[in-house]
Amino acid sequence: MENPAIEVRNLAKSFHGFWAIKGISFSVHKGEIFGFLGPNGAGKTTTLRIITGLSRATKGEAYVFGHSVSEEEIWVKEHIGVVPEISNLYPELSVLDNLIFIGQLYGLPKKERSKRAHQLLKDFDLEQKRNVLFAKLSKGMKRRLTIAAALMHKPAIIFLDEPTTGLDVASSRHLRLLIKKLHQSGVTIFLTTHNIAEAEELCQRIAIIVKGKIIALDTTQALKQKLPADNLLLIKIDKIDPSLKQKLSKLPEVKNVILEDYLIRIQSDDLNSVLSTIPNFLQQERVKILSINTSTPSLEDAFVHLTGLDLELMKIDKEMKS
Amino acid sequence: MFRSSLTKTYYVTLKDLKTYYLKPPLISWGIIMPLALVFAFYLKNPQGIRYIIPGLIGMVILFGSTSMEGVVITFEKRVGTLERLLLAPLSKKTLLLGKMMSGVIFGLLMGLLFLVISFFMFKLNTQKLGETLILMIFSATSSAALGMFVASSVKEVFEAMTLFNFFRFPMIFICGVFIPLEAMPSMIKYLAYFLPLTYSVDGLRISLLNQPGVFPIILNIALLIAFTLFFFWLSLIMLERRLRQE
Repeated sequence: MENPAIEVRNLAKSFHGFWAIKGISFSVHKGEIFGFLGPNGAGKTTTLRIITGLSRATKGEAYVFGHSVSEEEIWVKEHIGVVPEISNLYPELSVLDNLIFIGQLYGLPKKERSKRAHQLLKDFDLEQKRNVLFAKLSKGMKRRLTIAAALMHKPAIIFLDEPTTGLDVASSRHLRLLIKKLHQSGVTIFLTTHNIAEAEELCQRIAIIVKGKIIALDTTQALKQKLPADNLLLIKIDKIDPSLKQKLSKLPEVKNVILEDYLIRIQSDDLNSVLSTIPNFLQQERVKILSINTSTPSLEDAFVHLTGLDLELMKIDKEMKS
Repeated sequence: MFRSSLTKTYYVTLKDLKTYYLKPPLISWGIIMPLALVFAFYLKNPQGIRYIIPGLIGMVILFGSTSMEGVVITFEKRVGTLERLLLAPLSKKTLLLGKMMSGVIFGLLMGLLFLVISFFMFKLNTQKLGETLILMIFSATSSAALGMFVASSVKEVFEAMTLFNFFRFPMIFICGVFIPLEAMPSMIKYLAYFLPLTYSVDGLRISLLNQPGVFPIILNIALLIAFTLFFFWLSLIMLERRLRQE
């Protein structure tokens, strides 16, 4: 039987008595985009750092194509590419020189590394910037070059740590297209993110990690199906009022409320009851209903259902980080 | 495998030299500092300057090898580029050797520059040029390894600089650069035996001035090699400890 691309067995990591990861196990199939989803501080980056050899596990072991990360570190590093959360190429080197240096570190022959570097610059739309210093690039370009650098040695697995954090909408979209293209070329992708929409768009399977423990692991579709399909109500309203969230949460039969500008998402086990109370309540609040619909649950809904976490908290974290 | 490691060491060294060391301000500092030192000591005591030349060479190598070593490693830790090297398929030894060699080459170049100037200005012994070069090489390796150890023990550039000054300035006065080791109080003499600059200065004084030293030249070389290996080993431990903690 073929070894999984990545296998993690009872992995645990302690920082001075604080357990950041508490004995997690999972495997990533060859050729899939695997999402590692969780809020900040859940243990995503720590797990990634252990699998990529940047940190040592306190307990347990990680394997890449059956090779132990701690015992066959060099072999593992030859077969993986890593894009850290912060683009960390050399600010004093030009775009081209950065790629050439990475090629040298991975032992690519001189002709091959030059050819590969130019090809990647073309693929990542950075050819015209080849002589510009890395420090002078925009955030989006730095991100693209960091991904290009991780691909210099044609790795079988690429690790992306919060790839779109801090990027504008256009750059994030461009990056997601690049990730899809990479996946089509057969590369296995391990993506850590706290952006649920990004995970839903890109990943085939997702592990949800909270406080160092994996609380769900399944295909994106299966995770969404864990939530009954008929218990979501989408109400479009005519004004933005942040106080509505708290008030709606106190209504009977309302399990969870997500407020997104002019859209209220209400989760309930008894939609009929909610449907009878909400219109009156909103009328009292002088909020006009523009439309009411039931909805198929999204990954966000499944995430809230499975973790019990407040989505707003994930968003605040994201803004603070970027 | 060994050849591939050496090649990677060479690329790490070359990148560091190009990126950090071979810059006009650093090169001019490397030229001006030795010249200023010679001039200052010559003005003070024209007859005695010849005696302290070997010590000054050892001191220039120490400062040349450690200054940037500390800045480079702590700076790279801070901006995350050291992590880039840790992600590459290099053994820890290859990585540290690459980092150390850039400091060695820079310190050695500065020392050689000082030596050439000194040959023109003062009557130095040319009979033991081979020994002089060997001593200078291992003075540079022991200093760079010390620099690497200090840099791998701290987080910030300013911490590294503070720690360096804490080591380097007392070393200048303790290790026989200006005052012969034999003239030191015994407690300071014993302290000097634990510092690599002592053996650089003693060895260079034997080879360049053709004078008897405190130790035989071969012992000075052996101890400088031992210091290099010891600080390199400590740096490896620090790096591994960092991986376990982070």
